[in-house]
Amino acid sequence: MYNFDVVKPERIADAVKELSDSSESQPLGGGQTLIPTLKQRLASPDKLVSLSAIPEMKGVCAGDDGSVCIGGATTHATVAAEASAYPALAATAAHIGDPAVRNRGTIGGSLANNDPSACYPAAALASGATIVTNAREIAADDYFQGMFTTALDEGEIITEVRFPVPEKANYQKFVQPASRFALVGVYVAKYADGVRVAITGASNDGVFRWAEAEAALSANFSADALDGLSLSGDDMISDLHGTGAYRAHLCAVMTKRAVAAAA
Amino acid sequence: MTQVSMTVNGKAASGDVEGRTLLSSFLRDQLHLTGTHVGCDTSQCGACVVHVDGQAVKSCTMLAMEADGSEVSTIEGQAGADGSLNVIQQAFQDHHGLQCGFCTPGMVMSAAALLKENPKPSEAEVRAYLEGNICRCTGYHNIVKAIMAASGQDVGAMAAE
Ligand SMILES: Cc1cc2nc3c(=O)[nH]c(=O)nc-3n(C[C@H](O)[C@H](O)[C@H](O)COP(=O)(O)OP(=O)(O)OC[C@H]3O[C@@H](n4cnc5c(N)ncnc54)[C@H](O)[C@@H]3O)c2cc1C
Ligand code: FES
Ligand code: FES
Repeated sequence: MYNFDVVKPERIADAVKELSDSSESQPLGGGQTLIPTLKQRLASPDKLVSLSAIPEMKGVCAGDDGSVCIGGATTHATVAAEASAYPALAATAAHIGDPAVRNRGTIGGSLANNDPSACYPAAALASGATIVTNAREIAADDYFQGMFTTALDEGEIITEVRFPVPEKANYQKFVQPASRFALVGVYVAKYADGVRVAITGASNDGVFRWAEAEAALSANFSADALDGLSLSGDDMISDLHGTGAYRAHLCAVMTKRAVAAAA
Repeated sequence: MTQVSMTVNGKAASGDVEGRTLLSSFLRDQLHLTGTHVGCDTSQCGACVVHVDGQAVKSCTMLAMEADGSEVSTIEGQAGADGSLNVIQQAFQDHHGLQCGFCTPGMVMSAAALLKENPKPSEAEVRAYLEGNICRCTGYHNIVKAIMAASGQDVGAMAAE
């Protein structure tokens, strides 16, 4: 690792200022992705602005509109333990990586990174979550812009994520056993105004919504409603863990399982 | 260089670190607590697991500066002052839960975190909790058995050693 300075502000405003002071600075969440990246010298910031000492960015609370609000620096372990108002989300957090990763990794770090195989992007997109930053509120539909690409500007910090609580939801993750990320993960959420289905791990464009499955499930929320629906593997990730066609097949299988588990 | 101070195994410890100094490096190279092993250095193997403020973390994936002011426990703090093994360590010995021993410090620290959270885990819960701890020798059975035994459960019916 190249060397860098570390600062630990205690307020969001101070973190934003630290980030704007230098163009080579970067936020540090739990470091579970960033530290390995720095070790590989894939990034060389001159300053890391730690978000771990900012109380206003931590914890789970209930929003006025019945949503579940999670501070951007809240760890996966805390979400697993405290997001009981949204059980499918708590269960998703409880199966990210391993216990030590969950004790450090944060929701803001995961969403900012937008790894094409990460779990939270699927949860946020399927739930129609709102990504709240120091500057604005971004709808999940506008936030994810392709693998490792998001609507965040330089120096913009995810301070909170708001999840409307669905009537029913479930996340099914087909684990890639070496990395513990999703080989394919499908998050299904049923709201009064329709069903949303978000898929991670499969597409070269990162997390995406499966419109045909959403339409079928909005009409009839049962696994049978998905019979005959399939996705093309042509634009899906093909690697040593599975071909695009294999991932496309898994998308349909895992969507059915998610509906069956949620129903 | 910045000075960090923390409590390590109940004793005050401090030292000058760079921004990039990992907690694992600080423990091993500056405090000479080499019981915390670095296996992969890529956040995968769990040999480096220690507790920071009571929570299991991979010390190769945490900056020393992030642990400033924290309570840290390592494998060196597990045995009694007279060297007597704690119940988890003793169970690893009794049930042959180690061979080369490289993964063992991380396994014991993960097991301690698990039993604090869940004092009577099922076998499946033990296996799930150890997802981030890799062992190249034992095949895991005896590690799981040792942790079940350390939790005070009968392991007579579990797979043979
Ligand atoms: C062994 C292992 C297994 C894993 N398994 C899974 C898995 O199964 N599923 C899964 O989804 N993930 C998995 N992860 C990734 C893990 O969830 C990470 O914690 C997460 O992707 C990054 O979060 P972090 O808080 O550690 O962020 P960091 O590593 O600190 O930061 C990641 C990026 O986000 C930026 N950033 C951090 N916080 C913010 C913020 N609040 N606002 C704006 N930008 C920010 C950083 O500058 C950096 O660019 C795994 C990681 C490991 C090491
Ligand atoms: S050395 Fe830290 S996880 Fe392998
Ligand atoms: S005993 Fe050798 S790696 Fe586990």
